[in-house]
Amino acid sequence: MSAITPDPAHSLTPSGNLVRRQLINRVFLAATVGAAGLAVLVLFILVYYVAKHGLGQLSFSFLFSQLPADAPNAPGGIGPALLGTVELVLIATVIALPVGVLLAIYLSEFAGPRANSLLRTLLDLMAGLPTIIAGIFVAGLIARRIGESAFAGGIALSIVEVPLIARASLESISRVPSTLREAADALGIARWRSIVGVVLPTASSGIVTATILAVARAAGETAPVLFTCDLFAQNFSVDPRHSIASVPLEIFNLMESGYPSAVDKAWGAALVLMIVILAMNISARVWLRRGERKRGL
Amino acid sequence: MSVTGDGTLTETTTATQAEVASPRLRLTDPKSEVAIAGPSAETIAARGTETEREVVFRAREVSVNYGEKRAIEHVSMDIHRNYATALIGPSGCGKSTFLRCMNRMNDSIVGFRLGGELLYHGHDLYDLRANRVEVRRRIGMVFQKPNPFPKSIYDNIAWAARNLGMRDNLDERVERALRGAALWEEVKDRLKSSALGLSGGQQQRLCIARAIAIEPDVLLLDEPASALDPIATASIEELIHELKLRYTIVIVTHNMQQAMRVADKTAFFSLDETRIGTLIEYDDTDKLFSRPTDGRTRDYITGQFG
Repeated sequence: MSAITPDPAHSLTPSGNLVRRQLINRVFLAATVGAAGLAVLVLFILVYYVAKHGLGQLSFSFLFSQLPADAPNAPGGIGPALLGTVELVLIATVIALPVGVLLAIYLSEFAGPRANSLLRTLLDLMAGLPTIIAGIFVAGLIARRIGESAFAGGIALSIVEVPLIARASLESISRVPSTLREAADALGIARWRSIVGVVLPTASSGIVTATILAVARAAGETAPVLFTCDLFAQNFSVDPRHSIASVPLEIFNLMESGYPSAVDKAWGAALVLMIVILAMNISARVWLRRGERKRGL
Repeated sequence: MSVTGDGTLTETTTATQAEVASPRLRLTDPKSEVAIAGPSAETIAARGTETEREVVFRAREVSVNYGEKRAIEHVSMDIHRNYATALIGPSGCGKSTFLRCMNRMNDSIVGFRLGGELLYHGHDLYDLRANRVEVRRRIGMVFQKPNPFPKSIYDNIAWAARNLGMRDNLDERVERALRGAALWEEVKDRLKSSALGLSGGQQQRLCIARAIAIEPDVLLLDEPASALDPIATASIEELIHELKLRYTIVIVTHNMQQAMRVADKTAFFSLDETRIGTLIEYDDTDKLFSRPTDGRTRDYITGQFG
């Protein structure tokens, strides 16, 4: 019985080196399943741990009241930080969304191959930029002039958002079938009009998803706001010319203070942030799937 | 003889055409069935309709290059108003390329270059001052695969019209276009629902409705029925007979029976000795399929191609 030319008389059980090959197969399968399981396990433990510590903190007053100044161990909540994070992210997205989408349109519809590869590389570099560098850059260039403020913090966060929105929008716009552009062309519609009227609506669910994911990412970023939006702002405030509180910095402050009651609040704030971001991620994905099915992508 | 086998129009004036009693010329009127040598009242009348029939496209020695590669060359033909003109031929013979030259849909292809002259009502389509958006607004196109926008049925038709400034009586315009494409009865109760829910044949008729809603002068159809089942194909073909009363139709088709059924004139494209696509023969559909003058046409239509 030879492994090279199977003997027809041999029963159909593994012959030759198949036993060994099957073993290797199983080892690899186990390795991949194990890695996947580990990743899920880490996430599960993380969620469980944060929930276990933070759940006790959740209350109406925790979400909507403010911490007394200079007394992190006193009772109070993360209301100003939640409001501040919403505002920071709003400022960042108002800047980053048009820039990111226009950039994606330029890349997919107008740019030649050379500009395309250059800009895509730059976007990747920008996406990989340590966020603290975005923070220090805005601190040096903008916050130094206009002072640490929600506005400066929003700009720093927009630097985080632009590559995320641009890259994901680009992918979504590129998936709009060229036959739709041809259809619009053949109707005597100018290019810009067909982008606004056909390409963007068709890609809209992808762009919305990209934006939600970028917002979720920005909401959790700490480093960009560290130097641009004062660490110790703790009051309810919406004036973008002044520093406002934000959830990541609030967690940082509470943990650093060392008071057990403050550390408990940090867990609570972390849980709130995590729930918000997970919910945004999940809704982004659901939105994408539903929207793309509707638009035949 | 004014129209030669390969479709080139030799330098003859209308006067000389009228003097020559050409059987070929007489045959260009599909209604004329009497074959006689001398000019009779009938032949003169028939000739009259031909010589007076307005030329919409006039191609003179058109060639197309994609970069270094030459796709078609030596294409010379006249396409007449309110005729359905079919372009047939094997794959890769350049019939679609030529069709897409007529409304400048090839412009966006990198390396595309057109040689010779392609006139539309006497205007050079590739003149520097010719605006391609304007060209396409007048010369509509329906593609091989139905490509409705992911919008409602109504908006598919109204969108372009609205953008072109045809905002008055938009509902009427939409209805007229849908009736013109023989789709109105099927969709009138669900104009607001997505066009993507229509069947393939309905989608293709919607694309035709979309094209005629902006009242173009010419409709270019690029294998409009090749992705459809026989019943949907039949309805598209029936539609072409009606559409040519109002528009000039140029249709690329793989299907010779389809060309025989819908086209007044047929142009046979094939590859020449150098494997470049070219126009082999252009004639009345009846004549081209019953008595082709070129051996290559005969081989193709009798299934002995290659």
